[in-house]
Amino acid sequence: MKTFSGVGVTAGRVLGTVRRMPPPIAEPPVGEQLAADLTVEAATGNLKAAAGKVQTELKARAERATGDGKAVLEATALMAADPMLLKSAAKLIRAGASPERAIWEAGDGVASMLLNLGGYMAERSHDVLDVRSRIVAELRGVPAPGIPDAAEPFILVAEDLAPADTATLDPSKVLALVTSGGGPQSHTAIIARAMGLPAVVAAHGVTEVTDGTVLYVDGAAGTITADPDSAQQLAAEAWSAHASELAVFDGDGRLADGTAVPLLANVGGAKDAVAAAAAGAQGVGLLRTEFCFLGRDKEPSLEEQVSAYRGVFDAFPAKKVVVRTLDAGADKPLPFLTDASEPNPALGVRGYRTDFTTPGVLERQLHAIALAAKDSGTLAPADVWVMAPMISTAEEAAQFASLCSAAGLNMPGVMVEVPSAALSSRHLLTEVSFASIGTNDLTQYTMAADRQLGPLAALNDPWQPAVLTLIQATVEGAAQAAAGIGAGQARSVGVCGEAAADPALAVVLVGLGVNSLSMTARALPAVSAVLRSVTMEQAQNLAAAAVAAPSAAQARTSVRSQLPILDELGL
Amino acid sequence: MPERTATIASRVGLHARPAAIFVEAAAELPVEVTIAREGEPVEDALDASSILSLMGLGAEHGDVVVLRAEGEGADEALETLVRILETDHDA
Repeated sequence: MKTFSGVGVTAGRVLGTVRRMPPPIAEPPVGEQLAADLTVEAATGNLKAAAGKVQTELKARAERATGDGKAVLEATALMAADPMLLKSAAKLIRAGASPERAIWEAGDGVASMLLNLGGYMAERSHDVLDVRSRIVAELRGVPAPGIPDAAEPFILVAEDLAPADTATLDPSKVLALVTSGGGPQSHTAIIARAMGLPAVVAAHGVTEVTDGTVLYVDGAAGTITADPDSAQQLAAEAWSAHASELAVFDGDGRLADGTAVPLLANVGGAKDAVAAAAAGAQGVGLLRTEFCFLGRDKEPSLEEQVSAYRGVFDAFPAKKVVVRTLDAGADKPLPFLTDASEPNPALGVRGYRTDFTTPGVLERQLHAIALAAKDSGTLAPADVWVMAPMISTAEEAAQFASLCSAAGLNMPGVMVEVPSAALSSRHLLTEVSFASIGTNDLTQYTMAADRQLGPLAALNDPWQPAVLTLIQATVEGAAQAAAGIGAGQARSVGVCGEAAADPALAVVLVGLGVNSLSMTARALPAVSAVLRSVTMEQAQNLAAAAVAAPSAAQARTSVRSQLPILDELGL
Repeated sequence: MPERTATIASRVGLHARPAAIFVEAAAELPVEVTIAREGEPVEDALDASSILSLMGLGAEHGDVVVLRAEGEGADEALETLVRILETDHDA
C-alpha cells in the first residue's frame, strides 16, 4: 500500500486499474536541421499538411463534444492551422530548421506571448503547446498524445490534461482522474467537476505508478492508494452502490427474491404528483386532499375540487392513486369544520369524525373525486382508491363504504391510525376493500404521546414494539377478513407514514405482511435499494425479531445489525 | 489602403467564441485583412485570420480597432468583418 495525497476535486470512492497518459511528445533537439533530402518547400508543405490533419481531427472532436469542452476544442482547432503560427514556423524552416523543430519553437514563441498576457490568455498557452505536440506527432508518424484507449474502464493518471484531452474524456471509460500537476482551478479540475468525475489533482509523485496497478481514489479526501486493502475495497463498493442505486429509483419495488412491493409516493397536490411520477413512484399511496381546503374559510366549490384532484390523477395514468378524504382537526384546523375550543383536539372531532358534526362536506368531496376520476382528460384514467382518516370502528368503515358506493367509487378503504382500528381490522376490512396504516398517528395514539412534543420523541418512535405489534394485528385481521369473504378475495394493507421511508423499518413492515409502501418521493431510491437486499424470508425473520424486542432501541439495533447494506450505503 | 474602424461589441471582448467567428470569416475572404488597435502604426497590424494574433491583440468590449485590406473586394470584406465585430455574439 502506498498513498499519495493531492487536492480532491470531485467526491467519490473509486477502485480501478491505472492507465497512464502516453508520454508527452519529446522536444525535437535544439538545432535539429532540415534533412538533406528535404527541400524547404517540401518541408513547409509537410508541416502544413500535418497542421491541417490535426485541425481536422480536433474539429471532428469538437463536433462530438458538448458545452464548454466543445468551445475549447473549436478554438484549439483554429489554432492548429493558425497563419501566424505556421508563418513563424515556415520562417524557421527557411533558416534551416527541421519542420518538427520549427513548429516547436514557433509554438514556444506564441505560448510565451500568451503567458505574458496573463489571465485567460495565459491559460490558453497550454492549448497552443498541445496543438504543437500533436503536429509534431503527426510529422513523426507517432500516435497523438491523448487519453489511452482501453477496453475496460480505468483510472486515468497523468501529469496534467490538456483541454483537448479533458474535452474528450469518456465518463463511461474513465472511472476517476488523478493528476500530479494542475490545481483546483485547472482545466482538468473544472472539467472533472462538470462531469461529476471523481478526481484528485496536484497529487505529487502519483505518475510513478505503472499501468495495471490497482488504485483506490478518494475524491473527497484527495487521497490515492496503490494496492488498496479490503477496507478500501469495501468503501469503493459501498460508494458505487450508493452512487448508482441512491441516485434514482427504477420504478420497480421488489425484494431480492422478486416479491413485488409497490413503492408509492405521498403527495399534497399536482406539482408534488408530477415530481413523484418523475422520481419513479409506482403510484400515489397517500394524496392529502387538505391542500384544497386549508387556509379557506368556506368549502371549495365542486369545480375547484375536481380540477385539483384531476391534476394529480393525470400525473399517474393507469396507476393507483389513493385519495385520503379531508383530514381536518387537531394540527389541521378548518374554521368551517372543526371546533378550535376542544380541550383535547387530537382526541376530538377530526378526520372522518367531522362528518358527524358537519355532514355533506365529505359527500361532496367524494362526488368531486369520482368526477375527476372519471374524466382524466385524454390520458388513461388513474386507478382511484379512496380512504377515510381516523376510522375507529367497523360501523364507521361501513358508513364510509356506503358513501363511496353512492358516489360511484368502488375502492373504499380506511386508514389505520387508531389502535382500535388495528385491533379490529378483521371487521373493518370486511366492510371496506383495503387499509393503509398511518404510522405517525398510530404511534401517537398507541404511545399516548403527542407528536409535536419534543420531550416525548422517544415514545413517538414507530420502532416501538407495541406499534409493530398493532401493524402485525392489522395484517392478520386483513387476512382473516379476506378468508371470511371468500376465495380469491384480497385485502391489501399499505403503510403511508414516515415509517415507510425508513429503509430498515420498511424491511420490517414488508416482513410483517404489508403489501405496499408509500413515502416522500426522495426516499424511494434508498428504500428500494435496501428492500432488494433481502428475501421475504429474511424480512419475516427481521420483523419477528423487531416485534419480539423489549424496546424500540433494541428492535432498531437488532434489525439494523442484520442489514449490512445500510452501512454500505451510508444510510 | 481602404480601412474601417469598429467597436468590439461582444461583452467578453475579442476572445473565445467571438474571436473564432471573426477568424473563420476572415479566412474565407478573398483578400488579406489586418487588424490593429486604433492609433497603432500600420506596421504593427496583425493578420485578422489568425486566432493567436487576435488573442495577442487582447481587444476588450468597447475597444476600437482598425481593419485594413487591399485589392479587389476589399471594401466588401471590411464591411463583413466590421459587422461581425459590432455584433454581440454572447447575446
